[in-house]
Amino acid sequence: MANADCIVLQGGNMAEAHPVGFQWVAEAKARGAKVIHVDPRFTRTSAVADKHIAIRVGSDVALLGALINHVLTHDLWFRDYVLAYTNAARLVSADFRDTEDLGGLFSGFDPETGTYDNTTWAYDEGSDDTLQDPRTVFQILKRHYARYTPELVQQVCGISEADFIYLADAVTGNSGRERTTCWAYATGWTQHTFGAQFIRTAAVLQLLLGNVGRPGSGIMALRGHASIQGSTDIPTLFNLFPGYLPMPVAGRHDTLDAYLAAVGNTQQKGFWANADTYFVSLMKAYFGDAATAENDWYFDRLPRLTGPHSTYETAMAMIDDQVEGYFVLGQNPAVGSANGKLQREAMRHLKWLVVRDLSLIESATWWQDSPEVLSGEVRTEDIETEVFFLPAATHVEKAGSFTQTQRLLQWRHQAVQPPGECQSELDFFLELGQRIRSLVADSGDERDRPLLDMTWDYPDDETGNPDPQAVLREINGYRTGEHGQRELVSGFGELKADGSTSSGCWIYAGVFAGDENKAARRVPGGGAGVSQSQWGWAWPADRRILYNRASADPDGKPWSDRKKYIWWDEEQQRWVGDDVPDFPVDRAPHSRPDPALGGPAALGGDDPFIMQSDGKGWLFAPSGLVDGPLPTHFEPQESPVRNLLYPQQQSPARVIYPREDNLDAPSAGEQGADVFPFVFTTYRLTEHHTAGGMSRWLPYLSELQPEMFCEVSPQLAAERGLVNEGWATIVSPRAVIEAKVLVTERMTPLTIDGRTVHQIGLPYHWGVGNEALVTGDAANDLIGVTLDPNVLIQESKVGSCDIVAGRRPRGAAAEALLASYNERAGVTVQTDNQRITDPPAELHDPAPGDDRDQEGWTRW
Amino acid sequence: MVPEVEFTSYYGRAIVKPPPWGDLIASYLFLGGVAGGSGLLAFGAQLTGRKLLCRNARLGAIAAVSIGGAALVADLGRPDRFYNMLRTIKPTSPMSIGSWILTAYSGGMGVAAVSEIDRLTRNRLPLGPFRGLLSFAEPVGGAVAAAFGPPLAAYTAVLLSDTANPTWNAAHRDLPFVFVSSASLAASGLAMVTTPTRETRPARVLAVIGVAGDLIGTRWMERRMDPVAAEPLHQGRPGTLLRWSERLAAAGGFGALLLGGHRLPAALAGIALLGASACTRFGILEAGINSAKDPRYTIEPQRRRLEERRAAGITDDSITTVG
Amino acid sequence: MVNSWNPVRGGWAHELSGPTDPATDSGWTEHEARRGFFTDTSICIGCKACEVACKEWNRNPRDGDLELTGWSYDNTQGLGASTWRHVAFIEQDAARVEQARESGRRLVDLGMPRIGAPTADAPVDRTPPDTAEFRWLMASDVCKHCTHAGCLDVCPTGALFRTEFGSVVVQPDVCNGCGTCVAGCPFGVIERRSDGTAAPTTREGERKGEQPKVPRRGVAQKCTLCYDRLVDGQTPACAKTCPTTSIKFGEHAELVAAARDRVRELHEQGMPEARLYGANELDGVGGTGSVFLLLDEPEVYGLPPDPRVPTADLQVMFRRAGFAAAGMVAAAVVAFVGGGR
Repeated sequence: MANADCIVLQGGNMAEAHPVGFQWVAEAKARGAKVIHVDPRFTRTSAVADKHIAIRVGSDVALLGALINHVLTHDLWFRDYVLAYTNAARLVSADFRDTEDLGGLFSGFDPETGTYDNTTWAYDEGSDDTLQDPRTVFQILKRHYARYTPELVQQVCGISEADFIYLADAVTGNSGRERTTCWAYATGWTQHTFGAQFIRTAAVLQLLLGNVGRPGSGIMALRGHASIQGSTDIPTLFNLFPGYLPMPVAGRHDTLDAYLAAVGNTQQKGFWANADTYFVSLMKAYFGDAATAENDWYFDRLPRLTGPHSTYETAMAMIDDQVEGYFVLGQNPAVGSANGKLQREAMRHLKWLVVRDLSLIESATWWQDSPEVLSGEVRTEDIETEVFFLPAATHVEKAGSFTQTQRLLQWRHQAVQPPGECQSELDFFLELGQRIRSLVADSGDERDRPLLDMTWDYPDDETGNPDPQAVLREINGYRTGEHGQRELVSGFGELKADGSTSSGCWIYAGVFAGDENKAARRVPGGGAGVSQSQWGWAWPADRRILYNRASADPDGKPWSDRKKYIWWDEEQQRWVGDDVPDFPVDRAPHSRPDPALGGPAALGGDDPFIMQSDGKGWLFAPSGLVDGPLPTHFEPQESPVRNLLYPQQQSPARVIYPREDNLDAPSAGEQGADVFPFVFTTYRLTEHHTAGGMSRWLPYLSELQPEMFCEVSPQLAAERGLVNEGWATIVSPRAVIEAKVLVTERMTPLTIDGRTVHQIGLPYHWGVGNEALVTGDAANDLIGVTLDPNVLIQESKVGSCDIVAGRRPRGAAAEALLASYNERAGVTVQTDNQRITDPPAELHDPAPGDDRDQEGWTRW
Repeated sequence: MVPEVEFTSYYGRAIVKPPPWGDLIASYLFLGGVAGGSGLLAFGAQLTGRKLLCRNARLGAIAAVSIGGAALVADLGRPDRFYNMLRTIKPTSPMSIGSWILTAYSGGMGVAAVSEIDRLTRNRLPLGPFRGLLSFAEPVGGAVAAAFGPPLAAYTAVLLSDTANPTWNAAHRDLPFVFVSSASLAASGLAMVTTPTRETRPARVLAVIGVAGDLIGTRWMERRMDPVAAEPLHQGRPGTLLRWSERLAAAGGFGALLLGGHRLPAALAGIALLGASACTRFGILEAGINSAKDPRYTIEPQRRRLEERRAAGITDDSITTVG
Repeated sequence: MVNSWNPVRGGWAHELSGPTDPATDSGWTEHEARRGFFTDTSICIGCKACEVACKEWNRNPRDGDLELTGWSYDNTQGLGASTWRHVAFIEQDAARVEQARESGRRLVDLGMPRIGAPTADAPVDRTPPDTAEFRWLMASDVCKHCTHAGCLDVCPTGALFRTEFGSVVVQPDVCNGCGTCVAGCPFGVIERRSDGTAAPTTREGERKGEQPKVPRRGVAQKCTLCYDRLVDGQTPACAKTCPTTSIKFGEHAELVAAARDRVRELHEQGMPEARLYGANELDGVGGTGSVFLLLDEPEVYGLPPDPRVPTADLQVMFRRAGFAAAGMVAAAVVAFVGGGR
């Protein structure tokens, strides 16, 4: 980021939520970069940005789409880059229908299941390098975004045309051969019903501008915890194995071959074609000698997915008494998960609950001090859940690695021994595994076989605790040498599918190459080079910028001297430069291997996107996303604004849960929409950490932000009689909460489609309980559960509410207030949960006489 | 007329902090003054052979300085470390200088007072061989107390003024005159209460001079202060106290002048004078504390003097610069 | 370097005002280069890491009663016995921003001292920054470590002393809590520590609303410029933790030079409101060890606009007190000699 000429921070609050990473933005700014913050609120990030642009929460696709349209219509795209490195020229199936045709749907939508069949999104044979064919990706893109204009942005996002032009000029003026623009986002983009598409929109724009794979370019995902990147690389997710290998699905991946073909078939270009080596090595790391060619490397015994088992699905299954026990580790669902009331209800149905944390968080004490117990709705003596609290060691009391947003592994040394009975995760899980294994040691049940076959042999270090470096070595991977000895591999290229190698996470292979813990490298400033390569270790293969082949032109020369990074050295016949080339190092720029070779060997010299099946950056995504090949603007699940672009109001493929305990406020145009007239958004403050488990127990942090508050504009304050430092009650169809009031000009009422939309800001750090130094009502209680279908993340960044002055009612009166609101609004389980907003308009093809390929054509 | 200075602050929060000084310190200011003045009166009486005045002034002084000293110690954050006051001699610290003055004064007055008490108790104090020394030490002690009495009365003014406190600091030129006047009239008042009129004429004269000094000095002081910094002297409790100080001083002064020869009126006048001095000390102390609690008293006078200097062409001594 | 201190010079005869090297002036015959902070508020992100790092390192107790103040994001309110770094938050509308710019332009027009010639080679972008309709100022305040420190001068016990780094530090085992220094500080920095926190309840330090026993109760407390870290060659905790280098620590002379460059740079970027605070050795406290770059008038941040060390007038005060004492003696002489019997 420090190398960027322009940084757009959107969907994130970098200075507040990622202050340490923000040093690079500060450095870029000191070097002259322009920094623009697009956010519903004027935050501490805006305070040090060159410009803040207030946006209506959830309308980012409209803004980014308009930037795409601006770039295309004003011919500002990076022609040489786009032609060579993206799929702009590819032809798409003639059967493909765009949202422009179907009023907000793409072809292939099944209204019953709410899912797409993406057959019609596929490429056709051939391409058109003139980009003129109406079926090229480029022309489809152009048509798709033709109505995303500055006027529309003003109406949908509340951003003035002048501000739009400022942003467009800053971004396009700082893109091209000489300059690069970087985007950074966080949960302001992800936590929506089509959050993945927010990021995709930015990806399309950045590809058009040539801002991928180059210094100071790209789209940075700002991660919210020290190692949340690490926890997706080596995941705590139900549907992934380490290194982004998917979990097999019952019925679809019944054999190893079927599974591997789905992950990356050997005919496609790029490194996913080697998925067999990654998977087999993972199985060898998991099961050692028990994984053999005969048993398909243990594939047969792996559990299969039978459906989505996300945290919300699991919570609802608890309510249905399908789940008996629950381990809560490193999270605080009673406060930190959407629809807190539903979460707490779910835990009340458990037989047992284990909470491992630093303090007695609300998820461990809800049975005696949750809002439901305090209001009398639930009595402690009626709760049968047995709750175990196990104290955990903090990050300074254990060694290990953090993986941050740049994919950088940084080793953390232990500073002090954990006090009392506090245990590190490693210690705890090793012991738990050992105890479970000893319980089933004599079992003849085949079901227990994997437990006993698992390699579970971590040595102790000099302090008598399990050695975390042994774990990192296992992750790095070994090769079995000639005499059966184990040798550390030096990279994922050495992994084999024949059982001779193991690796706990193929993308981390090399972190312990040569028996050096490279994550622990700490040369001040990262050494002399621009890539700071002597600080920590970046996956994969210590590459600091992904897809960095794109930093050179198709001939292998730097796009410009200023942005020189990786280039082709004719003499050495190698890619050289300031980083490890993210490319076959000896693949000449003009080499065009036979695509039939498959895998890395098939990559052309101008195929920088080595993980894509065609080596190109995808402007149009024929596969990979379940809710559409092109990002499209929809309104959030709850919105006081009508979708001005399409008859379809919400993203049709969103995951909905029509339940009595998960009601939604009527959206614009529906009866009762004015009962919940305001938009709220939730966020973090620098002073606290997520649901507060690591901050509300600490006096030095608690004193900095002692009480739950809401942020409102002076206009809204006047309208509702709210006073600074006073109290406000906030009501959504799920809950009633109270908060202190901060009246501030940092909140701006926006004019959307001719009317004023007020946005209310709610930090989500506080929870109701008796144990923390500071407590308060939880913002997450207000939020409903509606998910993005790609990643199953909840839409917690936007919702509808009402706000009134004064404290909330107590006891049964709070429930009564909530009921009266829902009655007035006519809320039912069906509210907002219709898949298709306007079936007659959306569910038929355009009239035969329509010339869909004509420029500017639309039915809407 | 106070020129309007535009006034902004950080949420109305005070800039300077009030010292953690309350009634104990105000009491000490008063008692120290009584002691300082009494030291002079006792010495005058000692030289002029007014035995009763001498005795009573000495006993009053030792009582005042003992109680005052105790108040001073009690007000410390760490009273157990009071002796650190004599850890060094620091000319830049009025508190340090004052501690030494107080110590010297107390030593001198202590010797003199012990002699008086020994006499009163007909040599019953367990002095042993030191009794012989007393006849020599007593007059010296009285002289030492007299020498350190006026500094004892005056240094507290420097103690208050040598601070960033808006009101006290603005009074730094003239507060010593107010304080020595207040000390003189208070000590005189005490003498008029304790001592028959036949021996109190010098005290009454000193009282009248003190009252004149106090009334004139206070007005003169306020005239020379920044008008905003002087405001706290007129507002709230300190304002009331200082108004009563003026009234009591005037009453006591007239009483001493006109009815000082009569025992009861003289005693009443003496009480009035003691009251006047106490009101002055409590009033000045509290006015300063109040001035530190409102940022206006710090900002407005500073802004004004800065603007005045700039208007006069002095632009190189501001804490705010552009380079 | 051998540290030596001349008690006579340090105790008796130092300068009361004007430019000087404070360590030399306090009697250090050999000493370190003067150290200090340059706090550039224009790049502060208000993360308050400085406040927390300071409290962690110095083991200072929590302040306040755990209630929202309503002062934007500031809930600790100011410097005190237990808060030695404090971040101020100021929200300003367009009119206030223009006022700040106007006052900045006035400063320039006054011909205030500027050192160094304007640079010609730097790229000059004179367009004003874009967010002018609203701004949110953040500034981390700290002890100024004045060249002429009021607190130090008036301290009677010698608990406060000038270090070899030119900073001013309390010896908590010497201080008896007389409180004079509190009144002596023109910036309202030093304070006597009381219990300093919200009412503790049952299990002290372990449960809700509690914290461990407050150390150093009853003595004056303030920033030490992390003297204990400095003697080991370490950077003070606040500067060490600052993610944006808003807090810079180093040799005072170099910091002041950097501060001047930064003001010039901001002026060239069209921010006439940028100004320095404490960088002038001719000011009322002889310049401060902690220099600040501000974007508005000092009082907006809770800083005094024209502070003056009280001891600058000490000679006048003692002289006037001498006259007054002499007058008192004269009055007594009149009373006894002129008054008759």
